[in-house]
Amino acid sequence: MKKSMFLSALLMGVMFILAACGGNASDPTGGEGESGEASGATDGSIIGDGSSTVFPIMEIINEEFNAEHGMAAEIGVSGTGAGFERFTAGETDFQNASRDIKEEEVSALEEAGIEYTEFLVGTDGLTVAVSQENDFVDSLTFDELYTIYSGEAESWSDVREDFPDEPITAYGPDQSHGTHDFFKEEVMNDEDVQAELIQDTNQVVSSVSSDSNSIGFFGYSFYLNNQDTLKAVPVEGPDSQEAIEPTDETVQSYEYPLSRPLYVYAKNESLENNEDFRTFMEFTLENAAMAAQETGYVALPEEDYQEQIDQLP
Amino acid sequence: MQLVDKDQVAKSLSGRLLFNKSMKFLFLLCTMVGLVVLVTLIVDTVLDGWDHLTWDFLTSFSSSRPESAGIYGAIIGSIWLMAVTAPVAIILSVGTALYLEEYAPKNKVTNFITVNISNLAGVPSVVFGLLGLTIFVRQLSLGNSVMAAGLTLALMIMPVIVVAAQEAIRAVPGSVREASIGMGATKWQTVSRIILPAAIPGIITGVILALSRAIGETAPLVVIGVPVSLLVTPNSVFDTFQALPMQIYNWVKMPQEEFQYLTAAGIIILLLILFLMNSVAIFIRNKYSKRF
Repeated sequence: MKKSMFLSALLMGVMFILAACGGNASDPTGGEGESGEASGATDGSIIGDGSSTVFPIMEIINEEFNAEHGMAAEIGVSGTGAGFERFTAGETDFQNASRDIKEEEVSALEEAGIEYTEFLVGTDGLTVAVSQENDFVDSLTFDELYTIYSGEAESWSDVREDFPDEPITAYGPDQSHGTHDFFKEEVMNDEDVQAELIQDTNQVVSSVSSDSNSIGFFGYSFYLNNQDTLKAVPVEGPDSQEAIEPTDETVQSYEYPLSRPLYVYAKNESLENNEDFRTFMEFTLENAAMAAQETGYVALPEEDYQEQIDQLP
Repeated sequence: MQLVDKDQVAKSLSGRLLFNKSMKFLFLLCTMVGLVVLVTLIVDTVLDGWDHLTWDFLTSFSSSRPESAGIYGAIIGSIWLMAVTAPVAIILSVGTALYLEEYAPKNKVTNFITVNISNLAGVPSVVFGLLGLTIFVRQLSLGNSVMAAGLTLALMIMPVIVVAAQEAIRAVPGSVREASIGMGATKWQTVSRIILPAAIPGIITGVILALSRAIGETAPLVVIGVPVSLLVTPNSVFDTFQALPMQIYNWVKMPQEEFQYLTAAGIIILLLILFLMNSVAIFIRNKYSKRF
């Protein structure tokens, strides 16, 4: 009895090691560098990765695509930055991004010989919010936001003279979020954000809701889902004359100064050679408006989607 | 002559007894803090998630729509993952421990290896993720498959099992070992028939700890690029997969409140799988621990 147990355990081990070696051994034949990647991309599989902000939109599209076409993409959420690394390595067919592609990412892709097309799937409005109980903040300018998030302001009266002399606590999502990067770039002129930075955005929301002297920023969908405890602060951009409240209309038209585009970058080679992926991207653009609205983002104007569909090879 | 000054003893006695009592209370308090926090967490999670533990939840794939989101893909994926991690980790670790304890000469090199294996146990899991990404995913072109992730996690938990197995093997009484050799048994016969069966309870304890860590690990999987939206389950170890901790982590981050309850339901499932795995291990341990 005991002997057979040990033997079977041993056998299992040998099998697994063989399986592992088998996998390795078959790779050099099928996967000589780039040609292996290319053949992997044309066998009908669709692989995407990138921003966790864009992910919910793509997940809904993927479900609908599966229901209609009987196949689905594989979508990860490693974040915009890490996703671009995989996109550059040729591991993915499309890359979700919650910000513009950076200079160095463009040159890295060029170096890797990967051509891509940029598609817009929706718009997010980075929302600055205070607690529902806060009754004095009715609008903020970019300069005032800078004063708060650079750590210069210790009390609300430092921000604007007619605000009360109450201590101010600023919250925001931490550096792992594209939302943080966007705020830093737009409002802080790329200087560091001095605030309580929290990894879980839901924690930012609950911290702001529970303290009437606090302020926080996050994606539009977090505001939409917590309207009963939060108050969105109208924001006045550097170029505008009045403070604009984030609504579906002002975010879509980019009148709201903290509107930001949500992208999907698609690999041209896959669009041309992988019929399934082309179908998937077409389906994405056809359904992005629905998916964006359902997940708490703002859709583009109808004709913008059609224009992008016409761009597909 | 008086050896013990009775007055002196009587004077300090009540203080000593009080101190004795208070220490007992302090240790009890330490135990209770851990227990109370754990129980609160479990009760809170179960209360939040219980209503969402429906058949539909167990049999549908993940979704960004809370009403249709399920955990099927993640459960199957995590089981596949453990099916690779567990045997690879156990065989490699027990092999290592046997070599170090039974075969290797007791010199500085062996000592150096032993110390460094203990050090490996303290390496952050994300570092193992990067190692897995470089070696298994890219170098060996395994992609973000069950195999790549399973081997990465196996490497990650190896040190824990090796250390536990070494302790267990060392604890086998020398007399038993000598008796076996005295009877004319070879080294291999002694190891396989005497030492291993006697050491199994200790080894299994290490395995339980290690696998519990592996099944809940998120960081290496994020680095390897394991997908969150995938509407198929793997057919072989070379297919990609979903995993429970990644699914839970993704739900925590969602803005809709319903996802917080789904998160709790997901954690309950993860705990159940953990308990199931551990009870199998404990069953094996009890079966063997009666030997000596």
